[in-house]
Formats: sequence, structure tokens, C-alpha cells
Amino acid sequence: MIKVDVDMTKCQHYGQCVFEAPNIFRLNEDDKLEYLAEADDAERANIEAAIDVCPMQAIFILED
Amino acid sequence: MTDPVVIIGASMGGLRAAESLRRFGYAGELVVVGDEPYAPYNRPPLSKEVLAAEVSHEAVAFPLRDAVADVRWILGHTAVAADVTAHTVTLDDGSVLPYSQLVIATGLRAKAAELPSGMTPGRFTIRTLDDAMALRAAITPGVRVVVSGGGFVGCETAATVRKLGADVTIVTRSTPLARVLGEEFGREIQRRQEAHGVRFIVGSCVSDVLGDDRVTGVRLDSGQTLECEVLIDAVGSLPNTEWLDGTGIDISNGVRCDEQLRALTPEGTIVADVFAIGDVARFPNPVFDDTARRVEHWNIPTECAKHIGKVIAARHRGEPEPAEPFAPVPSFWSDQFEMHILAFGLPALGTSATLVEGSLDGDCVFEYHRDGQLVGVAGIGLRSVVQGYRSKFMSTAKAA
Repeated sequence: MIKVDVDMTKCQHYGQCVFEAPNIFRLNEDDKLEYLAEADDAERANIEAAIDVCPMQAIFILED
Repeated sequence: MTDPVVIIGASMGGLRAAESLRRFGYAGELVVVGDEPYAPYNRPPLSKEVLAAEVSHEAVAFPLRDAVADVRWILGHTAVAADVTAHTVTLDDGSVLPYSQLVIATGLRAKAAELPSGMTPGRFTIRTLDDAMALRAAITPGVRVVVSGGGFVGCETAATVRKLGADVTIVTRSTPLARVLGEEFGREIQRRQEAHGVRFIVGSCVSDVLGDDRVTGVRLDSGQTLECEVLIDAVGSLPNTEWLDGTGIDISNGVRCDEQLRALTPEGTIVADVFAIGDVARFPNPVFDDTARRVEHWNIPTECAKHIGKVIAARHRGEPEPAEPFAPVPSFWSDQFEMHILAFGLPALGTSATLVEGSLDGDCVFEYHRDGQLVGVAGIGLRSVVQGYRSKFMSTAKAA
């Protein structure tokens, strides 16, 4: 499993991560970011892509 | 021993290319050359946070991951020439770097409008961290600012300096943002900016700067003059390709590439071992058609970097290169006052723009179509709704 963390004090809900990893990130009806804190290893490349495109650099993978 | 992979350009694209090469298993030497004195940093805050607060390089610098810890950074130097036969790049200090593969990531520079008086104190561009920090020092409540250009940079910068109390006028040849998002969308952005006190002069351009020692105003092509203390040039950008003169690479508008981002000659021949990425790359995208375009949207440098990392890493291992063409879906956003704009695709290609959700004076979503294909979606607010159009977009995309 991969542990995903988003610094919600930085996140501006721009939604760029949703394009890269739609199974992990989504914008809710209020356009606020929601995400899964634990993801399958198969999602690693998508999560890394989401980290790369985050305009606020607010997404992290917590390594054990 | 093989020569290093050399990346010219140390902005987001250059950094992501280095990371991508490592991620796909390239373990050889990596050299990244950047003309600014800074390690790679994030540019979106330049027109927002950096202007609004005391923000330093540390606050906007990209974290340097372990994977790129052994990259050799050459910062504060420009590439001045390349020899694609000998496989070398020459820097401004005369040093010559041999390469096994060359990645062109030199991006764009602000187009300094060709005005007779040149750069007078009080006149700013906004492309680099130093630009933004210099501009910040000039913005005080009540200062009169003319923004030349009604694109994203102009509109975002206008909103930020207006919020800081400046008196702002945007001078633009056409409706703001209309070139990218259509006339109707652009007029609504203008209306909302005006509601916050930003003035617009549409259908005109700055033709001269007034003031000898510093900016005291501008003259427009209509003959009208405006008094101001600050002029912000946001009239667009130019590809940094002069250093590639004489290499045989087609640099007629950025670096022309094929569907694998390999650099091409004007005749369409591949220039061996040279790739281009990011804003400077002009590439065809099978999602839309076979026309090569430069795409100045947010995710493009990162998507390009991912692609060439895969190709070059395979090449170094002597394995077959991936055959899938580069086919990214561009995405971008813009914050101006309370407006959150989110878009993907290439709305600019649309021959029609249709309001599909909400109402123009509130939150809304537009679809952009060309020849029966949904080529882009953009919204003001309703970001989750915009996201929801992604599957519809993919289902009509040419590459799908």
C-alpha cells in the first residue's frame, strides 16, 4: 500500500491531481479536494504524476 | 564511457526530465544547465503569492528528490551554441559539454514589446522570480499600473496588484483571454475584473513609454495617453531558440518535433539524439490532429518529461523505444479575484463555444467543439463539473 498525504493548508483545489490520478483524488460538489490516504501500489505512477503537477507542491507519498 | 545526457533549461521541464530519466532507469551522468542563478522553482506563484507577500526562492523552490541528488547543475549559464554532429553544446563561458542525448528545455522569455524607448525604470515583465520580486517592490497602494496584454499573465497579475491597492488598467488588442477561451468567456472575465475596479482598454496596444528617467505614462496606438508609474509587459513570450541557429533544427516557432518529441529539420528529418520538451517544443498531438503546435499549458512540461525519460532510458539500455506517440491532454487553471477557472484540452482550437452548465454571470462550463470533436472544456467555478467532462472528451478524442 502507498500512504498519500496532502498538505491541506497549501492545497488550493486547482484539480490538476485529479486529471493524473482520478482513482485517488477528486473534487467534491463544493470543489474541494478529497483523496484516499491509502492507495494500491498499482497507483504509484499516477500518484507520482499528481505530485509532479500539483501547482502548490502539496502532495506527498509517506514512505514507511 | 558514454557522454552524459545534457538538459538545457533548469525550470520545471528540465527538473522533471532529470527525474523522469532516473525513474525510467537511466543511471548515467546527467547535466542540467540553467540561465537563472536559482535551482528549479515553481512559476505559478510569481503572478500571485510572490507579488502579494515577501516570498523568497526557498518558498517556491521545487524539492530536489534523492533521485536527482547526483545531477550536475550548471546554473547562471546560458547555452550559446550546439553542434548536433559533434554532439556538443557550448556555454556562455566558452565551456563545451559533450552529450549522448540532448534535451532542449529552454522555454520562453517575456516578449519585450518593440518600443522605441526600451526598458525604462518602472517597466516590468513577469517571467522569472527576479522579475516578480522587482515588480513587488514597485507596487504600493494607489500606484497607477498599466498592464499591456490581456492573456492569463496579464489578467492574473492585474488581479493581484489590484488586490494590493493599485489603480489598474489593462490595455489589450482583443477581448481578454478570448484567444484561448473564446469571446463570450473572455467578455465575462472582463466584466468580473471590471467589477473589482480593473479598467480595460480593448482594441488598442501600448506603442510608446513616456518618461525619460522612469515611466510616467504610456502612449497607445490610438494616440491616447495614460499616466502611470508602472508598466507591466504581458504581451506574450518568445521561444529561447537562438542558441540553436545553424544546427539545422527547425526553429521557426520553437523547436519542431515529431510525435516522440525528437527534434526535426525543416524537411522533417530527425536530428539524431536531440529532444525538445515544454513550452519551447512544437509537437503534433494525435488527440487533436497532426499539426505541430507549441502548447503553453501547465502540465505540458511534465508530460513531455515523462515521455522523453521513457524513450531515452530505453535507448540507453539498447532496448526498443516505446512506439506510442506523445499524446497529452493539456490542462490549466487560473485564479483571478474570486474566479477559479479550470480547463483542459485545447479550447483555442474550438470553432464553437457552447455554454453547457450554469449561467454566464455565475458559475458556468463551456464546451469547445471542432468538426464534431470535443476539443476542450473550461469553467468558471464548477471545477468538479469540468473534471466530469473528461470521459466525454476522451471518448471523442482522435487517439481514443
